[in-house]
Amino acid sequence: MALLEVREVTKKFGQLVANDRISFSVEEGSIVGLIGPNGAGKTTLFNCISGLFKPEGGQVVFDGKDITGEPPYRIARMGAVRTFQVVRPLKDMSVLENVLVGAFLRTSDRGEALTRAEECLRLCNLTAYRDRMAGDLPIGGKKRLEMARALATGPRLLMLDEVMAGLNTTELKAALDVILRLRDSGITLMVVEHVMEGIMPIADKVVVLDGGTKIAEDIPARIVRDERVIEAYLGAKYGRRLKNGTQGGSRD
Amino acid sequence: MMNTKVIDLKDALWLLLLAVLALLPLVPFVSGSFFGMHVLILVLLFASMAQAWNIIGGYCGQVSFGHSVFFGIGAYGAGMAVVTYGGLPWGGILAGMVLAAVVAVIISYPCFKLTGHYFAIATFAIVEIFNRAFLVWEWVGGALGLDYPVIEEGLANLMWYETKEGYYYCALGLFVIVFGIVRWLESHRFGYYMRAVREGQETAESLGVNSTAVKLGAMAISAALAALCGSFFVQYNLRVDPPMVMSLDMSMKFVLVTILGGSGTLAGPLLGAAVLIPLQEYTRAFWGGLGGGVDLMIFGVLIIVIVIKEPAGIIGILAGIGKSLARRGGTAQGGA
Repeated sequence: MALLEVREVTKKFGQLVANDRISFSVEEGSIVGLIGPNGAGKTTLFNCISGLFKPEGGQVVFDGKDITGEPPYRIARMGAVRTFQVVRPLKDMSVLENVLVGAFLRTSDRGEALTRAEECLRLCNLTAYRDRMAGDLPIGGKKRLEMARALATGPRLLMLDEVMAGLNTTELKAALDVILRLRDSGITLMVVEHVMEGIMPIADKVVVLDGGTKIAEDIPARIVRDERVIEAYLGAKYGRRLKNGTQGGSRD
Repeated sequence: MMNTKVIDLKDALWLLLLAVLALLPLVPFVSGSFFGMHVLILVLLFASMAQAWNIIGGYCGQVSFGHSVFFGIGAYGAGMAVVTYGGLPWGGILAGMVLAAVVAVIISYPCFKLTGHYFAIATFAIVEIFNRAFLVWEWVGGALGLDYPVIEEGLANLMWYETKEGYYYCALGLFVIVFGIVRWLESHRFGYYMRAVREGQETAESLGVNSTAVKLGAMAISAALAALCGSFFVQYNLRVDPPMVMSLDMSMKFVLVTILGGSGTLAGPLLGAAVLIPLQEYTRAFWGGLGGGVDLMIFGVLIIVIVIKEPAGIIGILAGIGKSLARRGGTAQGGA
């Protein structure tokens, strides 16, 4: 059974339809990429799933339960936890304390929460920053903090909103490693990325949004060759040229 | 690994301070001065009041100007138990605390729908409403208030006439209770949740924190402790009327003492009270005849200076001094 099912979700802001009847599912134990150009409606969809927005239409079903319109904290308690694209460190708290807030979701015991928090810090390469104020971290650190904090809640579904944006190649590789390790530990991941390269090598499935609608849902190998996806990213003219080019290549 | 210990160096310093405070009345120079004892008692009382406010205003970040209402409910709880019903104050104290918490939750629930400054503004109105209501309410004594009868002094009745030691130790007990509770909260889940809500409500919610429940809980604890302080206040003054307790003046003191000392910190309320209260009492003693405004003027100037120079309060100044000393110590060692 799918861990998360998005059914015909529609979200409007006045006249603007940010998400137009979007449907897809996320299988337990998989990594699903959610990609699309700027303004495609990825973050809006994330907000609809995590409870920050109430969609005008459609349903979000998590673990067989309808969670549409539930408050974010209840969705998080059920095990669907997200990070924020625009990082939101709890500024006047230390890095460790930030992660502790997450860790306290599954235990009220401080010692247990500490052990869990330390583990998440190590996993996200933040141990060196542990006692620094979260507001003072460099941007890369803040992105990793978003992830460590969400991870500390012990999620079943971890929704990462552009955690890889702005990372250099080495950092990107490290981030992908972490995501794979999480998947192996049994966490289902949904990863929003603006850049395709980040998610393509590790995703089991990729959902592509453009202009508020879903234009493709497939395995990465087919997504990169999908006409509509290429068009969405590069424009129609370039898409045609590229298509001709690949066809020429494949004949050789 | 300082963070992992539940009791650390800071706690040891607090225990040392408590020991000193407990022994203070044994020094004849201190206990001999009626006025000195009075100032000490007020410092402990206002530190406790500020600390009670600090829970919701400092740690949880919801600035309330309504705390004089809860303070007043506590004062009336004890006052009515003694004056109206002729009993011991204890039941009234407990009832006042529970009632204050209930009133706080009922009032706050709609107010918490308002964020930021709007919450603060809404709490202003509440003080005015309670003040007027109590002024005309016969059952609670109306504008005349409640005057304590002359009854036997001692701990059972919580009143003393000849000496201040009894009150002093009660104030110290109050201080220990309120500061102890906040220290406990600080190191437990609820404390972390309060700070998370202050730093980012949506972020906290995304991590499974029910921010409304946290704010209401913090408000209830804060109000109950403010009421406890109020009941001590009435036992100390042996009378109460609405302007004494339920006024914006009183509400402002909860806020100012905490902010001056450093809100959201354990030591802040004590530091604030230790500076402001002696200032208030001594200026009143000096210039009292010229009108009671001088202490408030000095309050105002101090707050302006603090807000401009060091928004983190006295504790921020101390931390700054500590840091520069450590740096100087570090370079000195490096040089040697």
